[in-house]
Order: sequence, then structure tokens, then C-alpha cells
Amino acid sequence: MTFEPTRGFTGRARAADRDPRLPPGQYDAGDGWPVLSAEVTPRLAAADWTFRVDGLVAAPRTWTWDEAHALPASEYRGDIHCVTSWSKFGVRFGGVSLDTFLAAARPLPEATHVVAYAHTGYTSNLPLSDVTGGKAWIVWEYGDEPLPAEHGGPARLIVPHLYFWKSAKWVAGLRLLDRDEPGFWEQNGYHHRGDPWAEERYAGD
Amino acid sequence: MTDPQTPREPFVPPTAFAVPGRIEVSSRSAAVWQRATVVEIRRETPLVSTFRLKVPDWQGHLPGQHLMLRLTAEDGYVAQRHYSIASAPDGSGEIELTLDHVPGGEVSGHLHTVAHVGDTVEVRGPLSGFFAWPGDRPALLLGAGSGVVPLMSMVRHQRLAGLDVPVRLVVSARTPADLIYADEYADETTVVLTRSEGRLNAAHLAPFLGAQGQPEGGWEAYVCGSNGFAEHASRLLVEGGQPVDRIRIERFG
Repeated sequence: MTFEPTRGFTGRARAADRDPRLPPGQYDAGDGWPVLSAEVTPRLAAADWTFRVDGLVAAPRTWTWDEAHALPASEYRGDIHCVTSWSKFGVRFGGVSLDTFLAAARPLPEATHVVAYAHTGYTSNLPLSDVTGGKAWIVWEYGDEPLPAEHGGPARLIVPHLYFWKSAKWVAGLRLLDRDEPGFWEQNGYHHRGDPWAEERYAGD
Repeated sequence: MTDPQTPREPFVPPTAFAVPGRIEVSSRSAAVWQRATVVEIRRETPLVSTFRLKVPDWQGHLPGQHLMLRLTAEDGYVAQRHYSIASAPDGSGEIELTLDHVPGGEVSGHLHTVAHVGDTVEVRGPLSGFFAWPGDRPALLLGAGSGVVPLMSMVRHQRLAGLDVPVRLVVSARTPADLIYADEYADETTVVLTRSEGRLNAAHLAPFLGAQGQPEGGWEAYVCGSNGFAEHASRLLVEGGQPVDRIRIERFG
């Protein structure tokens, strides 16, 4: 379908000076950071938080809060994008690279996908290649502050090159699989992968 | 640290949420943009209007679902936002959206100040089956401000379809002038005016959450509004005994 312009719509931001960091169909949320979760925010104490890697790995393993914090620190500086069309530039998350956790658990050759799951039961699926090679983190700091509970604290996954529903809040673990297994939003009509630059928003995109 | 489980044994998270979706969303309806014509604009409050859209190929929706609306400028620049559907599914080929006029809002600003009847916009949807209410279970609905919009779709659906299943709506607004759909509320609705009575509190919900107020099988709770309201209202529900896995939340960002 070709698009007819909307009568009288000029757009607040002009296409010509559109920020190149903004994927198609997104707008700059500025200082805002909308909260988008469909569930009750859990009150999960750091002492009760654990992170587990299992499924198709040689050494399934669970880390406590203190054990995870003893791993080499890593941070993400950059942009994040939500499927509801806001993007946020120049954020900084502190935590540990997912590569560090995966290296310890040793994925088996047949592992192709992961399901990230939260302490609440939320799930999201990802190709293994989207969470390895410096592309994903488990984080507990936002800026210099502890990650707020409504944004997934005490700790969440971030996979910033994909829409943010992939970045499971209150993350509890990753299960490695030899197949793609749709998670919570993927079963509710969202795209299986969610690349913001390809506008993979909904099933069928 | 390493534990003795076999690698292939699936781990079942100690979940409280894990609420299943209500319905599957058609990938076609989610993916395809359709032209919609504005056929009516109705003022609801000084800052809120309802836009009635004719969408010839609309496949229908369930109350609680939303859509994505897109505007295109002459030079191809596009802006798109999610909006909840306000109308009940009625087979008319028309749907209604009720929008706040957000200060500086690029899309809502255009619709409130520039758009008139006869204009076209584009929509895709309906989207997300999670917050949908097919009318099958007793529903306790908590909304604030324009968060009442998808909940009103549920109330309208219950009335239009003549459903026996219990529905209760608790709607919060600052003042009577801010109350959207004020003329439509009936016995199912409790209105909380925060400027004069203070914030929604446990006493407002007590009649529905006690042993006496529960329908058989309990409520499916739907909460919609700003994040601040959603956090507050969902905590009140949990503290009042509503199971966490029977609470669905739509946060307006």
C-alpha cells in the first residue's frame, strides 16, 4: 500500500534533521523512560535474586547476587528502543556481559536459541547469536544508581539492539534450546526477533 | 555453584505471574496498515476527545485491545503511536479512539487541533491479546484518566452483548470535569474524584475483594492508567488479596 500524506500533518520532527540514532517509526523520549510491563512489579530483594543458565549447556549453573557481582564488570552505553515507538538515547547500564555467564555454562553445539525468563514468569525468546559476542548484559545499575524495581531491578537482561520487550526485567535465567520457542509477547502477536532497524514489531512484519 | 541437574532438564521458574494471553492475535491484522477515515469527533472533556474511524477492512477486536495509528507528512515523515480502542466490537466497520491532548504531543496534537471529519489516517491492528477481555470471566476494572478507555470498551461490550458475567469499574479522575464518559456510567461503576476525595484506596476496593464481594471463581482484574496509577492500584489489589496472576496491566507511557 502506498501512503497518502495525512492532510495538514507536518510532523514535529522533520525528516531532514531526524536524529540518525532513531530507528524508523520511533520518537525520542528525551528524559522520559516509560514503564511498560503487563504485570505487577515484584518486590524482589537483591538477596533473593539469582540468575541461572541451563538447558543445552555443559554446566548448568546458578549465580547469587554476590556471585554475579564478583564477575568482571561490564557496561552498556548507548540507545534503547521500545516497540511502542519511543527510543531513549545515551543510557548507561552497569552489570556483567552475558558472555561471561555463558562462558561458564558452556553452551552445547546444538544450542541455537534461548528463552530468557524472569522471576515473575515472564519469558522472551532470542536467537543465541543475539545474546553472544558483546550484545547482551545482565545489569543492576542505571546511571550510577541501582536499577529501579519498575525498570526490572534488582537485575534485568538488556539486549539493546532489539526492541526492549526482549530485555526481560527481573531476569531469573536463560534456557538454551535447539529451537525457537515464543515467549510472552511473542505469543501475543509480537515479532519473534524484534530488530528496531528492520521494524520487526509484530508477527508478520 | 555448579549444581548436579542434567543439562536438558527444563527449569520451571517460581512464578507468580505467567498469566497466559487471552487470545491469539492474527498476524495479518497486526501487520497490515489500513486506511481509516475520521467520521466523527466528539469532545469528552476539555482535554479529551473521541475520534470515530471508519475502517472498511477492520477484522474486529476484543475489548481491551489497542492499535497503532500512523500519520504521514508530505515528505514521507511518519509518526505513529499506540492507542486503546474505546468502542465495543459491534460489527459496524467503525471503531472509536479516545485521546488525551498531550502537551506537545505530535500525534495527539495533530488529531486534536488539525484533523477534521473526512480526513484519513492509517491504522494497524488490533494488537496484543493479553489485555483483552472476551467477556468470559468476571472482570474488576480499575482505571485512571484516559486509562479508562480500554476498560470502557469492556463495559460497553458487556452491555451491548447483554452478558451476565459480572463487571465492576472503579474509575479515578481529578475532578468531575476530567471524568471521561461521565454520562455513561451506571451501577457497575464507582467514581473516585481525587481532588476532593483523595487517591484511590483500599476502602474503595474492599467491597469487591472481600469474601462477600467476590464472584464465583474470583475476578480477572484489569488495571489501566499512568505508571504511577498502575503501580498504586496493582499494589492495592495484591494487598486486598487479588492473586498476582489474575491482574493484567496496561501502562500508558
